[in-house]
Amino acid sequence: MPDNGSTQAKAATVNGTAAAEATKRQRIRLLIRAAGMLPVLLLLCIGFHYLSDGRFFTGQNLGIVLQQAAVNTVLAAGMTFVILTGGIDLSVGSILAASAMAGLTVSKLPEMGALWLPVAVLTGLGFGIINGALIALLRLPPFIVTLGSLTAVRGLARLLGADTTVFNPSIPYAFIGNGSLTLIPGVASIPWLSVIALLVILVSWVVLRRTVLGVHIYAVGGNESAARLAGIKVWAVLIFVYGVSGLFAGLGGAMQAARLYAANGLQLGQSYELDAITAVILGGTSFVGGIGSIWGTLVGALIIAVLSNGLILVGVSDIWQYVIKGLVIIGAAALDRYRLQGSART
Amino acid sequence: MNEPILEMRGVSKSFFGIKALRAVDLTVYAGEVHALMGENGAGKSTLMKILSGAYRPDPGGEIRIEGKPVHIHGPLGGRAAGISIIYQELSLAPNLSVAENIYLGREMSRSGLLARGAMREGVGPILERLGADFTPSTLVAHLSMGQRQLVEIARALHARSKILIMDEPTTALSAGESERLFALIRQLRAEGLAIIYISHRMDEVYALGDRVTVLRDGRLVGSLGKQDIRADAIVRMMVGRDVSSFYKKDHDPEAGKGHPVLTATDMADGQRVKGCSLTVHAGEVVGLAGLIGAGRTELAHLIVGAAPRISGRLELEGQPIDIRTPGEALEAGIAYLTEDRKALGLFLDMSCLDNINLAVIGRDAKLGWFLDRDRARERADRAFAGLSIRAANPGVPAGGLSGGNQQKVLLSRLLAIAPKVLILDEPTRGVDVGAKSEIYTIIDNLAKAGTAILVISSDLPEIIGICDRVLVMRSGHIAGEVRRTETAPLTQEDIMALATGTEHLDA
Repeated sequence: MPDNGSTQAKAATVNGTAAAEATKRQRIRLLIRAAGMLPVLLLLCIGFHYLSDGRFFTGQNLGIVLQQAAVNTVLAAGMTFVILTGGIDLSVGSILAASAMAGLTVSKLPEMGALWLPVAVLTGLGFGIINGALIALLRLPPFIVTLGSLTAVRGLARLLGADTTVFNPSIPYAFIGNGSLTLIPGVASIPWLSVIALLVILVSWVVLRRTVLGVHIYAVGGNESAARLAGIKVWAVLIFVYGVSGLFAGLGGAMQAARLYAANGLQLGQSYELDAITAVILGGTSFVGGIGSIWGTLVGALIIAVLSNGLILVGVSDIWQYVIKGLVIIGAAALDRYRLQGSART
Repeated sequence: MNEPILEMRGVSKSFFGIKALRAVDLTVYAGEVHALMGENGAGKSTLMKILSGAYRPDPGGEIRIEGKPVHIHGPLGGRAAGISIIYQELSLAPNLSVAENIYLGREMSRSGLLARGAMREGVGPILERLGADFTPSTLVAHLSMGQRQLVEIARALHARSKILIMDEPTTALSAGESERLFALIRQLRAEGLAIIYISHRMDEVYALGDRVTVLRDGRLVGSLGKQDIRADAIVRMMVGRDVSSFYKKDHDPEAGKGHPVLTATDMADGQRVKGCSLTVHAGEVVGLAGLIGAGRTELAHLIVGAAPRISGRLELEGQPIDIRTPGEALEAGIAYLTEDRKALGLFLDMSCLDNINLAVIGRDAKLGWFLDRDRARERADRAFAGLSIRAANPGVPAGGLSGGNQQKVLLSRLLAIAPKVLILDEPTRGVDVGAKSEIYTIIDNLAKAGTAILVISSDLPEIIGICDRVLVMRSGHIAGEVRRTETAPLTQEDIMALATGTEHLDA
């Protein structure tokens, strides 16, 4: 090579700045990925505030948004566990309905009414474990198993109330559905539904990020064969995540029952699974599994609630709300693709 | 020689400000095999992708074919310019026939309908010339890897390519198939084709190369003519420093007389493994050689419980042990390094830290459930220092590392359990020269510390270089053992004779 002394020196400095630029770009990219959809959420809030002539950022309206986001947040938290393993749970809406029906039925029993809450939650857990067992032990595809239970559990929910609406105006623990936790008397309070949702997110975070099981969940989603070879009990992890999804759907059913004092096996929780999946995908959890965070899911669930609330405030007809929400789902999938392109999985 | 068929002058390529190639010159003549060598990331694939038209070079350089300047763009540009590439991962459609694959993208039609018959006749002579033992109508899915490669070559010849680029063509081939490929390459060279041959394997470059060009960090280091091709010279050019002794074997060769650690008897899975028995002693490195498909990986999978066995007994340090899952094997202290680290080993999206700690997080956990993050970080730091893993920090995803560093991350995971038995399946596949020699040192040190090590490898010089004795598998059986003695060293010939059963019987 001719005159390599000077060219090499020059090349080295050029290389140095180029490398610095590259790390800077990478840092920005990482920041974008960590912040995820949070800027989108903030922009939506500000935009709706402006478009609705200042009716968005009021204590009352924010309370409504948080309350509306609560049940979907809980379902989406369970869905995050499932999607992190590369699976899907289509049955959460039906499980929610069946759990609410089971809970309300028990709440009307004279001596054991107070047991309705654990009954609802455990009903959800039971269905979730059945899903998980079919997927993990019989190696059936999650989409098909949960599509089946979407239908079958919906039928069971209708059966539980003899296909009628079950009412209980004196249901115990009704406060969790309609009461608020007072933070500063007369100034700030937060709906119990939102408190529960937040606790669910916190517990999920601890499990996913601070326990051995959490690492195993990410491992199974990232590479199932490698997980098996690394000695991870893949079947146990799968049963766990579908169990959690069912458990949270049961909790969501209890939350709905307490809020409405009633449940209808046919109508309750219809297509809730779609909102839950949308929240997870909006939150940046990859559909192929192994990548994602529970905080993203919280942001995703809030985006959906803000979108519904804001569109109503602005006066968009509910027909157009469907169109807009659908486009948001597709946009989120496009984002997922973009995110994957930047990841190590190439 | 006369005028070069391909001339590249000052070809550069940068991605987002990072130079992958810096003013590289390459001259290739018709009728020569030009070996292109370099560590992973040296720029070989970038150079190749420029020639195929997948990348457009930075302005300033020049490419001439038969003296005429050319601009290659688009995936068909390379082929139009007379250049064909045979990729590591073959690019055939397995659900189509040989003839359909060869004509892919240029199908013949007769009044709008596919002219299958004409296509079959069209490829017949080429297959004959290549000595193919299959017909144009065979489905590619039914062909062995070696036969598929033949189809790729036939496709190149059919496109009347004058320059053939082969990227590590023997990675997936058995020794017999490789030999046939070499004969074919020599034939094509004699017919006047220019062949650019990319490989990590020194013996192949010896056997085939008329000239060797070495790249390092995107730069041309130099070219050697046939009479100057020597392993140490090439390695020095590739790594930029002297590699005193490439293979490392300082541990006591008499260690094999120590106590047996792993004894497997009559292992069989009913398909690929037919009653294999072996013993590995403390502090001993035993090689497991054989052709691709001989059942070596399958035997390893049986030992660690990754596949169900129909017969077989295992003893660990003299005690019978029942292993049914890889988890039980790890618990017992038997670790297995997979040959396919991307598909079966690493979690590419997870951090190196999590990858390294995965096998022991359960053991370390606080209250049985909660991660001990301090201990995990310490262990990852120790692994980074001890195995000289090169990455920004243990928190980065494993998928972003080079092959060699990925392999070291995976190895650290196994070493974290302090295994009594370590089974390494192709430990240096897809690993650059520098990391290779580091891995040999790690293996040697483990043997010194008393670990019983079984190394599966298709790289015979590697097996001979690092092992104390070599077991050879052939069609599901252990065909025999080759030992090093005072007077006679291990030889490739002895191993190959056992592996092939003296006459070629493979696939």
